[in-house]
Amino acid sequence: MATVKVLEHFGIDHTFPAAQTCCGQPMANSGCMLEAKPLALRFVEIFKKYQYIVAPSGSCVAMVRNHYTSFFDKNDVEANEVRRRTYELSEFLTQVLKVDSFDGRFPHKVGMHQSCHGLRDLRLGPSSEVMTQRPETVTELLRNLDGISFSQLQRPDECCGFGGTFAVAEEAVSCMMGDDRINDHLNAGTEVLTAGDMSCLMHLEGLIKRQKHNIRVMHFAEILAESIK
Amino acid sequence: MSHPALAQIFVDDKPRAQWHDKALWFVRQKRDRMASGVPEWEDLRQHASEIKQHTMSLLPDYLEMFEKNATARGVKVHWAADAEEHNRIVTEILQQHQVKKLVKSKSMLTEECHLNPYLEKHGIEVVDTDLGEWIVQLRDEPPSHIVLPAIHLKKEDVGDTFHEHIGTEKGASDPKYLTEAARNTLRQRFCAADAGLTGVNFAIAETGGFVVCTNEGNADLGVSLPKLHIASMGIEKLLPRASDLAVFLRLLARSATGQPITTYSSHFHGPREGSELHVVLLDNGRSEILKSPEFRRSLSCIRCGACMNTCPVYRRSGGHSYESTVPGPIGSILTPLKDPEAHSSLPFACSLCGSCTDVCPVKIDLHHQLFAMRSFLDRKKLLGMPKKLSMKFASGLMSSKWVFSGAGKAARTALRWLPRFAVYNPLNPWGKQRDLPDAPKDSFRAQYAAYQKDQAEKKSRPSSGAGGPS
Repeated sequence: MATVKVLEHFGIDHTFPAAQTCCGQPMANSGCMLEAKPLALRFVEIFKKYQYIVAPSGSCVAMVRNHYTSFFDKNDVEANEVRRRTYELSEFLTQVLKVDSFDGRFPHKVGMHQSCHGLRDLRLGPSSEVMTQRPETVTELLRNLDGISFSQLQRPDECCGFGGTFAVAEEAVSCMMGDDRINDHLNAGTEVLTAGDMSCLMHLEGLIKRQKHNIRVMHFAEILAESIK
Repeated sequence: MSHPALAQIFVDDKPRAQWHDKALWFVRQKRDRMASGVPEWEDLRQHASEIKQHTMSLLPDYLEMFEKNATARGVKVHWAADAEEHNRIVTEILQQHQVKKLVKSKSMLTEECHLNPYLEKHGIEVVDTDLGEWIVQLRDEPPSHIVLPAIHLKKEDVGDTFHEHIGTEKGASDPKYLTEAARNTLRQRFCAADAGLTGVNFAIAETGGFVVCTNEGNADLGVSLPKLHIASMGIEKLLPRASDLAVFLRLLARSATGQPITTYSSHFHGPREGSELHVVLLDNGRSEILKSPEFRRSLSCIRCGACMNTCPVYRRSGGHSYESTVPGPIGSILTPLKDPEAHSSLPFACSLCGSCTDVCPVKIDLHHQLFAMRSFLDRKKLLGMPKKLSMKFASGLMSSKWVFSGAGKAARTALRWLPRFAVYNPLNPWGKQRDLPDAPKDSFRAQYAAYQKDQAEKKSRPSSGAGGPS
């Protein structure tokens, strides 16, 4: 509901089409394109009548934008329009609504986790490998909140190790990757760990809870929603 | 064994896995510093990518041009369709020259062909002269990295190996002492060699020459003393013009080890007087890859190893967990393309983070290829039943809103009421080290519907004032 609150804060008329299920990313990432296709067709059918399609999840948007080309003819107007109009939340706020600062209060030290699909597939920030400067959409939204400060990480954009079925199929490496991210945040004094993808956060929070670390895990929309209370 | 099983063993030695991760991350950081010092870095990558794609689109023509120009310079050019033919050609050349001792500089291509055991079977002694590769040769292990073949070993391990094989002091692990000992031993091997074999980093179609890059100068030493030099190269190593080297030599060492350039970039243009120079061009599945629009760009690889250094999975599972001459992201494409059945777990040894794609100096879309490789395996029916069935099941579930929301409700209820041991058990790999999220009482779907209803009611009673979602 945090996303709803943020969208309403900017006066956006919104709806949640109840027929929706999943964009098909888990199937596609597992190689099961045949199983992903009906979900992609369903997604386009359900969402084609909306002006903007906004998801608080970079990886779902990356699926629609980058991988739906495999399921539709390249001249399919409806599919191409849906792909073009689908935005990740921070991208929608900063690039469509042109929000450049957000009024609110959040007096905590925030550790940004860069979700890989948002960072490297949607280019919502500068990745450390590429020498091109880019604005970082989530930080842009958060940076003007009263009292907020950010952790300085040793590895600012290393993968958390979720990776969908990877988290289960490669459990040992996945958890070591997650532990390494969490230790980086612990050393940097992170109080609130945030990201633009719930899946990364679910994985990291699962490790944090098991190890009983004192880090609160919040999607950035939850930070924005809480800050405008 | 599959990648996850070998990775589990690697991770079980936590301090060593952490050390391995940090050692490679250090190389990645050196690369970042070097790349950021070149203002036109991204243009160079783009340029390199286009040169390679152009070359691949005209590869047969450029190969013939190379053959013609190299032959005119007195080079003997051979064509090998597969590893077996490559090994046979090399052995025949060596036998014609009565070679008993061969020194090799680092060549992943000869690793790919398993040349060493083949030559030894024919009574020819082979010494790998790249320090890292010599260490793994002494240990009878394959390299674990294409640029840093012994990166999985600590200096103490090297000390033990040298003590056993070249008689250094027991327990000695001082790198200077060990390299000095290696240098003295290798120097004798160089002097005693009847022939030298090198790989090729770049071959130039318009000149018929080629370039070998090393940091230790071992290629130069290995081919300058004997009267026979054999260079083995994959057919994808070609560049059209000598001037293209200006792009690739700037990218290679910066990407590989974070150096501005390799210590030695040796150019060969024909044999020295009284000597012979042979080039063996190897296909070994490359023209099959060239035919595939999905995977063609993997042939642009210049074997810098940057994708390994940056890969969070490679750094935490070690090169040997890939059971492949070329490990890491690029190996997880090239190796299953050749033998999908034996290597079907490799494309899944990846979280699709995309760091490899962004670090690649020739802009191979590595993580997109790894994604495509998974459906390539599905088409070959190599996904394994549990994966395939669970995805079929999930797809069916998600094709109906009612079934989907019903299943969600069942799962939320189960998670709230089941005792802990019923959720966290050996059948649930998620829960071995991680908790599941707290299950909310209602789905977002239900919360949103309730909220919309509430808002609509408030609108019909304007006096109550507007409230936001909680």
